[in-house]
Amino acid sequence: MDLFLQQFLSGVAIGGIYALVALAVVMIYQASDHFNFAQGEMAMFSTYVAWSLIAAGLPYWQAFLATILISFAGAVALERIVIRPVEHAPVLNQVIVFIGLLVIFNALAGWLFDYTIKPFPSPFPEQPLFGNPYIGAHELGVIGVTLALLALVFAFLRLTPIGLAMRAAAQNPDSARLVGIRVGWMLALGWGLAAAIGAMAGIMLAPIVFLEPNMMIGTLLYGFAGALLGGIDSPAGAVVGGFLVGVLENLVGAYVPFVGTDLKLTVALALIMLVLLLRPNGLFGRRIVRRV
Amino acid sequence: MSAEARPRGAAPLALTLLVILAALLPLALSDYRTFQVTLALVYAIAILGLNILTGYNGQFSLGHGAFYAIGAYTAAIMMSEWQIGYYWTLPVAGLVCFCAGFLFGFPALRLEGLYLALATFALAVATPQILKSDHLAPLTGGVQGIVILKPNPPFGLPLSQDQWLYEFTLAVAIVLFVGAWNLLRGRSGRAIKAIRDNPIAAEAMGINKALYKTLTFGVSAFYTGVAGALGAIVIQFVAPDSFTVFLSITLLVGVVVGGLASIPGAIFGGLFVQFIPNVAEQISKAAPWAIYGVFLIAFMYVMPYGVWGLLRALHERIERVRRRRSA
Amino acid sequence: MGAVLEVQGLEAFYGQTQALFGVDFTLERGSITTILGANGAGKTTALRAISALIRTRGRVTLDGRRLDRRSPEAITRLGVAHVPDGRSTFLRLSVADNLRLGAYTRRDRAAVRTDLERIYSYFPVLRERRQQQAGTLSGGEQQMLAIARALMLRPRLMLLDEPSFGLAPLLVQDIFAILRRINRDDGVSILLVEQNARLALDLASDAYLFETGRVVLSGPAAGLRADETVRRVYLGY
Repeated sequence: MDLFLQQFLSGVAIGGIYALVALAVVMIYQASDHFNFAQGEMAMFSTYVAWSLIAAGLPYWQAFLATILISFAGAVALERIVIRPVEHAPVLNQVIVFIGLLVIFNALAGWLFDYTIKPFPSPFPEQPLFGNPYIGAHELGVIGVTLALLALVFAFLRLTPIGLAMRAAAQNPDSARLVGIRVGWMLALGWGLAAAIGAMAGIMLAPIVFLEPNMMIGTLLYGFAGALLGGIDSPAGAVVGGFLVGVLENLVGAYVPFVGTDLKLTVALALIMLVLLLRPNGLFGRRIVRRV
Repeated sequence: MSAEARPRGAAPLALTLLVILAALLPLALSDYRTFQVTLALVYAIAILGLNILTGYNGQFSLGHGAFYAIGAYTAAIMMSEWQIGYYWTLPVAGLVCFCAGFLFGFPALRLEGLYLALATFALAVATPQILKSDHLAPLTGGVQGIVILKPNPPFGLPLSQDQWLYEFTLAVAIVLFVGAWNLLRGRSGRAIKAIRDNPIAAEAMGINKALYKTLTFGVSAFYTGVAGALGAIVIQFVAPDSFTVFLSITLLVGVVVGGLASIPGAIFGGLFVQFIPNVAEQISKAAPWAIYGVFLIAFMYVMPYGVWGLLRALHERIERVRRRRSA
Repeated sequence: MGAVLEVQGLEAFYGQTQALFGVDFTLERGSITTILGANGAGKTTALRAISALIRTRGRVTLDGRRLDRRSPEAITRLGVAHVPDGRSTFLRLSVADNLRLGAYTRRDRAAVRTDLERIYSYFPVLRERRQQQAGTLSGGEQQMLAIARALMLRPRLMLLDEPSFGLAPLLVQDIFAILRRINRDDGVSILLVEQNARLALDLASDAYLFETGRVVLSGPAAGLRADETVRRVYLGY
């Protein structure tokens, strides 16, 4: 029972990170009907930016905020400059560009910051809250941040006119133009927000797994799995999906002897395949009924 | 009509000349360069495999590195565990990968475009972990990998090992390229392309979409698997970290650079992925992959149909000018 | 009265192919004008050209301001509501969200709310279905939604592309009645592209007849309606 609780809770904790990545994935999807394969590397790069700011002497929360803003602005610029020329190109071409970005960010990080593993501070206290043996303060903090962010994103997408405009622009760019929406800038906005969320995911992850250029490659996969599981058009679903993936990963790893700790990524792979095949709308996605 | 479907009078002659020149190439190169060109050919075969699936049949794969790995490990295990001759490993690796690809093709039937890309991306990311796992370690050698002995030229031919491997790879490549050309210009090829261009219409015309798509996946994996086996033999070593997602990315780069839906393009692609990282390293010692990524994006802006597409477009423009002059 | 829309020497291109060859027409303020013609005559192209959705040459002015150098978004902001053929609703969003988007460019929130109420009164079925996904509505309901969304802009000019397409005759009559009402009560100028010439000539005050990208006939709708030759040769009835 003890083992179960521990695995469950640490699954929830890491699930918080996956939920953040899943949220970023959904954000880009809501804005552009695309999966940004470079999401993870961009988040990793943002984390390095934060690390540099902290190493340069900036207090944690200032570095945090600055990184979020820089990531937002950088991603907006990236979308307008690098993605825009292929906006109308076939999907394969766009995917290639994303992969190109993945590769560039990964290499840049290694080049600018070298490949040694770096420790990263956590804003949450060292001692576990209430002296509980199951879950550390940082993990609880991650869950809190994730939920807060979910609330913000939900409010933004569902309750603000700009959020609505962004979703409309992604679903039907031509009609969106005809109601006066500047579709190009909506795309850029989506990218910026996704990058900001991704940066947060990286900053929350680094204290747990330590900062190095390949930090996010596996995590991105878990994020995708979470987003798909929860339903690619539902931010709340993505967050729930992320938590579920974290818990599943841990429980399967602990209780299914075949899997052990070293086949966890395979679990993510299997999950993705299963969801795509059996329930492509995910657990909470709304069924898209189209009248032909 | 694509260029490869109508061989005109001069083309077979030119091709034969090209083959002869290629066979004589090692005479002009050092052993190390020969080794590099051999690898470029290996990549070309793998890239051709991927192109059959993605370029000609429209099924995205970001995970072909997995099939390459399966082929490589099959060859390595056969050679080191069971002492089987290297030439037998190719058909076996090909067959194993064909089955793997065919099986993967079934779930792939239900996935479109971006979702298939995602599923194959997941496959690529998970591959090294699967290879490292303790369960398979007795067979795969775990993290350590497997070392293979370099084969010697047969019949006591006066060639170095690298030169022999080059000729062997060249022969295999020629057989496979001709095979692909035949496949793609015949009835099957038309069906495969029809499915890419308009799947509903294809089905309405009586093409068994499911069968063709899964078979194409199998054939594509076959090609990449054979390439993997060749690669293992040439490099003499397989280890899980050689088959990360970056390998799958590399193959995709080769397809894009060489040109989607082009057979000769695969050769350009192979040369590109083999030699450009070296060039990139010279431009920037520290971040060759960054330059690589820049090349990728630049190609999408400037040459979205790859090198072969550019050549074809130039050829057409010249033809148009020539026709206008004679009219 | 004055012209709300003036089009002079309009040429339009799909890529390299030219579809309009120097078309001239005007739309009087507060009137309903219809563009008629067979398939491929360039009617839809004309609307797309006005909204700058395709490449054009020539002069298009709205109340004296040039439209032909602006982006579709900017043209919408000037008060032009284009209802394209093929519904164009946001299928995955709710009816209410679709309508809200119609008013996206407006700043006067209180007026938007009153407009919404008025539009629900024109189209009661939309009020009933306002939380439903737009994609689950029938063809006729989606057409009503498209028109309603355009009205939420409080447009000066409405461009309607084949609103009767694929709809049952009774429903079409309802929709045309609403169009008449909007034009009369709210003073919205309407440029109507229609295949159903009889209905269009009934509704409109002026008509233009297009053939392969050119204007071949124009005049008051009543005149065209009365002219038997025109009807038989060009309009098929």
